[in-house]
Amino acid sequence: MDPNKIIILAIIATSVATFISRFFGAITSEKVDAKSKLFDWFNLVAYSTLAALLGRIIIFPAGVLADADIIIRLIVLISCIFIFIIMKKNLVIPTIFSAILLSVLTSI
Amino acid sequence: MINSKIFLKGLKSLIGVRSPAIPLATCFIALGALLKDAGLNIQQSAASSFFTYALPGQLVMAESLLIGASIVNIFIAVWLVNFRLYPMTVSLFPLLRHKSQPRWKYYLSCHFLAISSWLIAKDTYKKIDQKYRIDFWMGIGFGTWTTAIITTLIGFTLADYLNKDIIIGLAIVNPVYFFCMMIGAMNNLKISLAVILGTILGPVFYLFSSEWAILFAGLTAGSISYLFGVRDGS
Repeated sequence: MDPNKIIILAIIATSVATFISRFFGAITSEKVDAKSKLFDWFNLVAYSTLAALLGRIIIFPAGVLADADIIIRLIVLISCIFIFIIMKKNLVIPTIFSAILLSVLTSI
Repeated sequence: MINSKIFLKGLKSLIGVRSPAIPLATCFIALGALLKDAGLNIQQSAASSFFTYALPGQLVMAESLLIGASIVNIFIAVWLVNFRLYPMTVSLFPLLRHKSQPRWKYYLSCHFLAISSWLIAKDTYKKIDQKYRIDFWMGIGFGTWTTAIITTLIGFTLADYLNKDIIIGLAIVNPVYFFCMMIGAMNNLKISLAVILGTILGPVFYLFSSEWAILFAGLTAGSISYLFGVRDGS
Protein backbone atom coordinates (compact mmCIF):
# COMPACT_ATOMS: atom_id res chain seq x y z
CA MET A 1 0.00 0.00 0.00
CA ASP A 2 1.07 3.58 -0.67
CA PRO A 3 2.93 4.87 2.48
CA ASN A 4 0.84 8.05 2.40
CA LYS A 5 -2.38 6.04 2.58
CA ILE A 6 -0.99 3.98 5.49
CA ILE A 7 -0.19 7.20 7.39
CA ILE A 8 -3.67 8.63 6.75
CA LEU A 9 -5.30 5.36 7.89
CA ALA A 10 -3.08 5.35 10.99
CA ILE A 11 -4.15 8.93 11.85
CA ILE A 12 -7.82 7.97 11.41
CA ALA A 13 -7.39 4.78 13.51
CA THR A 14 -5.56 6.72 16.27
CA SER A 15 -8.16 9.51 16.32
CA VAL A 16 -11.14 7.12 16.43
CA ALA A 17 -9.50 4.90 19.09
CA THR A 18 -8.93 8.02 21.21
CA PHE A 19 -12.29 9.71 20.65
CA ILE A 20 -14.37 6.67 21.61
CA SER A 21 -13.01 6.77 25.18
CA ARG A 22 -13.79 10.49 25.45
CA PHE A 23 -17.24 10.20 23.84
CA PHE A 24 -18.38 7.17 25.86
CA GLY A 25 -17.06 8.97 28.93
CA ALA A 26 -19.31 11.94 28.08
CA ILE A 27 -22.32 9.60 27.59
CA THR A 28 -21.65 7.68 30.83
CA SER A 29 -21.17 10.90 32.80
CA GLU A 30 -24.83 11.85 32.05
CA LYS A 31 -25.92 9.03 34.33
CA VAL A 32 -23.38 9.66 37.09
CA ASP A 33 -24.14 12.05 39.92
CA ALA A 34 -21.17 14.12 41.15
CA LYS A 35 -22.01 13.21 44.75
CA SER A 36 -22.41 9.47 44.18
CA LYS A 37 -20.11 6.63 45.22
CA LEU A 38 -19.74 5.67 41.55
CA PHE A 39 -18.35 9.13 40.79
CA ASP A 40 -15.93 8.77 43.67
CA TRP A 41 -14.72 5.43 42.29
CA PHE A 42 -14.30 6.82 38.75
CA ASN A 43 -12.39 9.78 40.18
CA LEU A 44 -9.92 7.52 42.01
CA VAL A 45 -9.53 5.22 38.99
CA ALA A 46 -8.81 8.28 36.83
CA TYR A 47 -6.10 9.54 39.20
CA SER A 48 -4.49 6.10 39.55
CA THR A 49 -4.62 5.39 35.78
CA LEU A 50 -2.89 8.68 35.19
CA ALA A 51 -0.31 7.91 37.88
CA ALA A 52 0.22 4.43 36.37
CA LEU A 53 0.88 5.96 32.95
CA LEU A 54 3.34 8.50 34.39
CA GLY A 55 5.11 5.83 36.45
CA ARG A 56 5.44 3.72 33.32
CA ILE A 57 6.76 6.70 31.29
CA ILE A 58 9.49 7.37 33.87
CA ILE A 59 10.54 3.74 34.52
CA PHE A 60 9.87 2.19 31.07
CA PRO A 61 9.74 5.12 28.66
CA ALA A 62 8.91 4.80 24.98
CA GLY A 63 10.81 6.96 22.50
CA VAL A 64 13.80 9.21 23.10
CA LEU A 65 13.46 9.32 26.90
CA ALA A 66 14.69 5.70 26.97
CA ASP A 67 18.13 6.99 25.93
CA ALA A 68 18.55 8.73 29.31
CA ASP A 69 19.65 6.45 32.12
CA ILE A 70 16.92 5.49 34.63
CA ILE A 71 18.95 6.92 37.53
CA ILE A 72 19.21 10.26 35.71
CA ARG A 73 15.45 10.26 34.99
CA LEU A 74 14.69 9.61 38.65
CA ILE A 75 17.17 12.26 39.85
CA VAL A 76 15.54 14.83 37.55
CA LEU A 77 12.00 13.88 38.61
CA ILE A 78 12.73 13.91 42.35
CA SER A 79 14.67 17.21 42.23
CA CYS A 80 11.86 18.86 40.25
CA ILE A 81 9.19 17.64 42.68
CA PHE A 82 11.33 19.06 45.48
CA ILE A 83 11.58 22.41 43.66
CA PHE A 84 7.80 22.36 43.05
CA ILE A 85 7.17 21.93 46.79
CA ILE A 86 9.64 24.57 47.98
CA MET A 87 8.53 27.06 45.28
CA LYS A 88 4.98 26.95 46.69
CA LYS A 89 3.57 24.88 43.82
CA ASN A 90 4.96 26.98 40.97
CA LEU A 91 4.80 24.67 37.93
CA VAL A 92 6.72 26.67 35.35
CA ILE A 93 10.11 26.72 37.13
CA PRO A 94 10.42 22.95 37.84
CA THR A 95 9.28 22.04 34.33
CA ILE A 96 11.80 24.33 32.62
CA PHE A 97 14.50 23.16 35.05
CA SER A 98 13.71 19.49 34.26
CA ALA A 99 14.49 19.96 30.54
CA ILE A 100 17.74 21.80 31.25
CA LEU A 101 18.89 19.34 33.94
CA LEU A 102 18.17 16.25 31.83
CA SER A 103 19.85 17.72 28.74
CA VAL A 104 22.94 18.58 30.79
CA LEU A 105 23.11 15.22 32.61
CA THR A 106 22.67 13.16 29.43
CA SER A 107 25.29 15.12 27.52
CA ILE A 108 27.97 14.63 30.22
CA MET B 1 -24.62 30.04 23.18
CA ILE B 2 -21.20 30.25 24.82
CA ASN B 3 -20.55 32.79 27.57
CA SER B 4 -17.52 34.52 26.06
CA LYS B 5 -16.39 36.09 29.35
CA ILE B 6 -16.22 32.70 31.06
CA PHE B 7 -14.72 31.09 27.95
CA LEU B 8 -11.92 33.68 28.04
CA LYS B 9 -11.42 33.04 31.74
CA GLY B 10 -10.81 29.39 30.89
CA LEU B 11 -8.49 30.36 28.06
CA LYS B 12 -6.48 32.52 30.47
CA SER B 13 -5.50 29.35 32.39
CA LEU B 14 -2.73 29.15 29.80
CA ILE B 15 -0.86 31.99 31.51
CA GLY B 16 0.57 32.27 35.01
CA VAL B 17 2.66 30.11 37.34
CA ARG B 18 0.42 27.07 36.89
CA SER B 19 0.39 27.39 33.10
CA PRO B 20 0.27 24.15 31.12
CA ALA B 21 1.45 25.98 27.98
CA ILE B 22 5.19 25.41 28.51
CA PRO B 23 5.06 21.66 29.24
CA LEU B 24 2.49 21.16 26.49
CA ALA B 25 4.60 23.13 24.03
CA THR B 26 7.80 21.25 24.83
CA CYS B 27 6.31 17.80 24.48
CA PHE B 28 4.40 18.59 21.29
CA ILE B 29 7.58 20.16 19.81
CA ALA B 30 9.32 16.84 20.53
CA LEU B 31 6.31 15.00 19.03
CA GLY B 32 6.39 17.17 15.88
CA ALA B 33 10.04 16.20 15.37
CA LEU B 34 9.22 12.52 15.96
CA LEU B 35 6.29 12.59 13.50
CA LYS B 36 8.65 13.96 10.84
CA ASP B 37 11.02 11.08 11.61
CA ALA B 38 8.13 8.62 11.27
CA GLY B 39 7.51 9.82 7.70
CA LEU B 40 4.54 12.17 8.16
CA ASN B 41 4.39 15.41 6.20
CA ILE B 42 3.53 18.75 7.85
CA GLN B 43 -0.21 18.52 7.10
CA GLN B 44 -0.42 14.97 8.43
CA SER B 45 1.46 15.97 11.61
CA ALA B 46 -0.95 18.86 12.23
CA ALA B 47 -3.92 16.58 11.48
CA SER B 48 -2.64 14.05 14.02
CA SER B 49 -2.65 16.65 16.84
CA PHE B 50 -5.89 18.21 15.56
CA PHE B 51 -7.88 14.96 15.50
CA THR B 52 -6.16 12.86 18.16
CA TYR B 53 -4.74 15.38 20.66
CA ALA B 54 -3.46 12.76 23.10
CA LEU B 55 0.31 12.55 23.30
CA PRO B 56 0.80 8.94 24.50
CA GLY B 57 -1.49 7.67 21.71
CA GLN B 58 0.29 9.76 19.09
CA LEU B 59 3.64 8.42 20.33
CA VAL B 60 2.33 4.87 19.96
CA MET B 61 1.15 5.67 16.43
CA ALA B 62 4.51 7.18 15.40
CA GLU B 63 6.50 4.28 16.84
CA SER B 64 4.12 1.70 15.34
CA LEU B 65 4.53 3.33 11.91
CA LEU B 66 8.32 3.18 12.30
CA ILE B 67 8.23 -0.58 12.96
CA GLY B 68 5.56 -1.21 10.29
CA ALA B 69 2.71 -2.37 12.58
CA SER B 70 -0.72 -3.02 11.05
CA ILE B 71 -3.58 -0.50 11.30
CA VAL B 72 -5.58 -2.90 13.51
CA ASN B 73 -2.63 -3.23 15.90
CA ILE B 74 -2.24 0.55 15.99
CA PHE B 75 -5.97 0.93 16.78
CA ILE B 76 -5.86 -1.56 19.68
CA ALA B 77 -2.59 -0.23 21.12
CA VAL B 78 -3.84 3.38 21.00
CA TRP B 79 -7.23 2.45 22.46
CA LEU B 80 -5.51 0.73 25.41
CA VAL B 81 -3.05 3.54 26.08
CA ASN B 82 -5.76 6.22 25.79
CA PHE B 83 -8.46 4.34 27.68
CA ARG B 84 -7.63 6.53 30.71
CA LEU B 85 -9.66 9.26 28.97
CA TYR B 86 -12.86 7.32 29.75
CA PRO B 87 -12.65 7.47 33.59
CA MET B 88 -11.16 10.97 33.30
CA THR B 89 -14.23 12.19 31.37
CA VAL B 90 -16.66 10.46 33.75
CA SER B 91 -14.89 12.02 36.74
CA LEU B 92 -14.99 15.54 35.29
CA PHE B 93 -18.19 16.10 33.29
CA PRO B 94 -20.68 15.61 36.15
CA LEU B 95 -18.94 18.57 37.84
CA LEU B 96 -19.54 20.72 34.75
CA ARG B 97 -23.12 19.67 34.09
CA HIS B 98 -26.04 22.09 34.21
CA LYS B 99 -29.56 21.45 32.96
CA SER B 100 -29.68 24.72 31.02
CA GLN B 101 -26.66 23.80 28.91
CA PRO B 102 -27.13 21.91 25.61
CA ARG B 103 -25.71 18.42 25.22
CA TRP B 104 -23.71 19.26 22.09
CA LYS B 105 -21.32 21.30 24.22
CA TYR B 106 -20.41 18.21 26.22
CA TYR B 107 -20.18 15.91 23.19
CA LEU B 108 -18.02 18.37 21.27
CA SER B 109 -15.79 19.52 24.11
CA CYS B 110 -14.96 15.99 25.26
CA HIS B 111 -12.38 16.11 22.44
CA PHE B 112 -10.45 18.66 24.54
CA LEU B 113 -10.00 16.16 27.35
CA ALA B 114 -6.32 15.53 28.00
CA ILE B 115 -4.19 15.21 31.13
CA SER B 116 -3.28 18.92 31.24
CA SER B 117 -6.80 20.29 30.68
CA TRP B 118 -8.31 17.71 33.07
CA LEU B 119 -5.93 18.59 35.92
CA ILE B 120 -6.49 22.34 35.44
CA ALA B 121 -10.28 21.93 35.32
CA LYS B 122 -10.24 19.76 38.46
CA ASP B 123 -8.10 22.38 40.17
CA THR B 124 -10.24 25.41 39.27
CA TYR B 125 -13.87 24.42 38.51
CA LYS B 126 -15.12 25.42 41.98
CA LYS B 127 -14.34 29.07 41.27
CA ILE B 128 -16.91 29.13 38.45
CA ASP B 129 -20.71 29.27 38.73
CA GLN B 130 -22.09 25.77 37.95
CA LYS B 131 -24.18 27.13 35.06
CA TYR B 132 -21.12 28.31 33.13
CA ARG B 133 -18.57 25.64 34.03
CA ILE B 134 -18.89 23.97 30.61
CA ASP B 135 -17.97 27.30 28.92
CA PHE B 136 -15.00 27.63 31.26
CA TRP B 137 -13.96 24.06 30.35
CA MET B 138 -14.29 24.86 26.62
CA GLY B 139 -11.94 27.81 27.15
CA ILE B 140 -9.33 25.67 28.91
CA GLY B 141 -9.67 22.89 26.33
CA PHE B 142 -9.56 25.16 23.30
CA GLY B 143 -6.41 26.82 24.65
CA THR B 144 -4.52 23.59 25.35
CA TRP B 145 -5.69 21.97 22.09
CA THR B 146 -4.57 24.89 19.88
CA THR B 147 -1.26 25.07 21.77
CA ALA B 148 -0.71 21.38 20.97
CA ILE B 149 -1.47 21.83 17.25
CA ILE B 150 0.69 24.96 16.83
CA THR B 151 3.67 23.47 18.70
CA THR B 152 3.45 20.22 16.71
CA LEU B 153 3.96 22.38 13.61
CA ILE B 154 6.87 24.20 15.29
CA GLY B 155 8.46 20.86 16.25
CA PHE B 156 8.06 19.54 12.71
CA THR B 157 9.67 22.69 11.28
CA LEU B 158 12.54 22.69 13.80
CA ALA B 159 13.16 18.91 13.58
CA ASP B 160 16.44 19.31 11.68
CA TYR B 161 17.80 21.80 14.23
CA LEU B 162 16.96 19.83 17.38
CA ASN B 163 19.75 17.55 18.53
CA LYS B 164 19.14 14.37 20.50
CA ASP B 165 20.03 15.89 23.91
CA ILE B 166 17.52 18.71 23.40
CA ILE B 167 14.75 16.27 22.38
CA ILE B 168 15.46 14.08 25.44
CA GLY B 169 15.32 17.21 27.60
CA LEU B 170 11.95 18.17 26.09
CA ALA B 171 10.55 14.67 26.59
CA ILE B 172 10.97 14.75 30.40
CA VAL B 173 9.03 18.00 30.82
CA ASN B 174 5.62 16.42 30.40
CA PRO B 175 5.86 13.67 33.06
CA VAL B 176 7.53 16.11 35.49
CA TYR B 177 4.74 18.65 35.00
CA PHE B 178 1.99 16.05 35.45
CA PHE B 179 3.64 14.50 38.50
CA CYS B 180 3.89 17.95 40.11
CA MET B 181 0.24 18.68 39.27
CA MET B 182 -0.88 15.37 40.73
CA ILE B 183 1.12 15.96 43.89
CA GLY B 184 -0.63 19.33 44.11
CA ALA B 185 -3.98 17.50 43.81
CA MET B 186 -3.20 15.07 46.66
CA ASN B 187 -5.39 16.92 49.14
CA ASN B 188 -6.98 13.87 50.76
CA LEU B 189 -5.87 10.39 51.77
CA LYS B 190 -7.84 8.54 49.06
CA ILE B 191 -6.40 10.57 46.17
CA SER B 192 -2.91 10.36 47.68
CA LEU B 193 -3.22 6.58 47.92
CA ALA B 194 -4.58 6.34 44.36
CA VAL B 195 -1.65 8.37 42.99
CA ILE B 196 1.05 6.53 44.97
CA LEU B 197 -0.34 3.05 44.26
CA GLY B 198 -0.90 3.86 40.58
CA THR B 199 2.69 5.12 40.22
CA ILE B 200 4.02 1.86 41.69
CA LEU B 201 1.63 -0.57 39.98
CA GLY B 202 1.95 0.97 36.50
CA PRO B 203 5.60 -0.08 36.02
CA VAL B 204 5.10 -3.34 37.99
CA PHE B 205 2.19 -4.50 35.79
CA TYR B 206 4.17 -3.42 32.73
CA LEU B 207 6.58 -6.26 33.47
CA PHE B 208 3.72 -8.72 32.83
CA SER B 209 1.81 -7.00 30.01
CA SER B 210 2.98 -3.92 28.18
CA GLU B 211 -0.44 -3.30 26.58
CA TRP B 212 -2.83 -3.90 29.50
CA ALA B 213 -0.58 -2.57 32.31
CA ILE B 214 -1.99 0.97 32.56
CA LEU B 215 -5.62 -0.15 32.47
CA PHE B 216 -5.19 -2.91 35.07
CA ALA B 217 -2.92 -0.83 37.31
CA GLY B 218 -5.41 2.06 37.24
CA LEU B 219 -8.39 -0.17 38.01
CA THR B 220 -6.55 -2.00 40.81
CA ALA B 221 -5.04 1.07 42.47
CA GLY B 222 -8.25 3.10 42.10
CA SER B 223 -10.43 0.32 43.53
CA ILE B 224 -8.07 -0.30 46.48
CA SER B 225 -8.08 3.43 47.28
CA TYR B 226 -11.88 3.52 47.01
CA LEU B 227 -12.25 0.53 49.37
CA PHE B 228 -9.76 2.13 51.73
CA GLY B 229 -11.90 5.30 51.69
CA VAL B 230 -15.09 3.32 52.36
CA ARG B 231 -13.41 1.56 55.31
CA ASP B 232 -12.00 4.82 56.55
CA GLY B 233 -15.45 6.41 56.32
CA SER B 234 -14.30 9.27 54.08
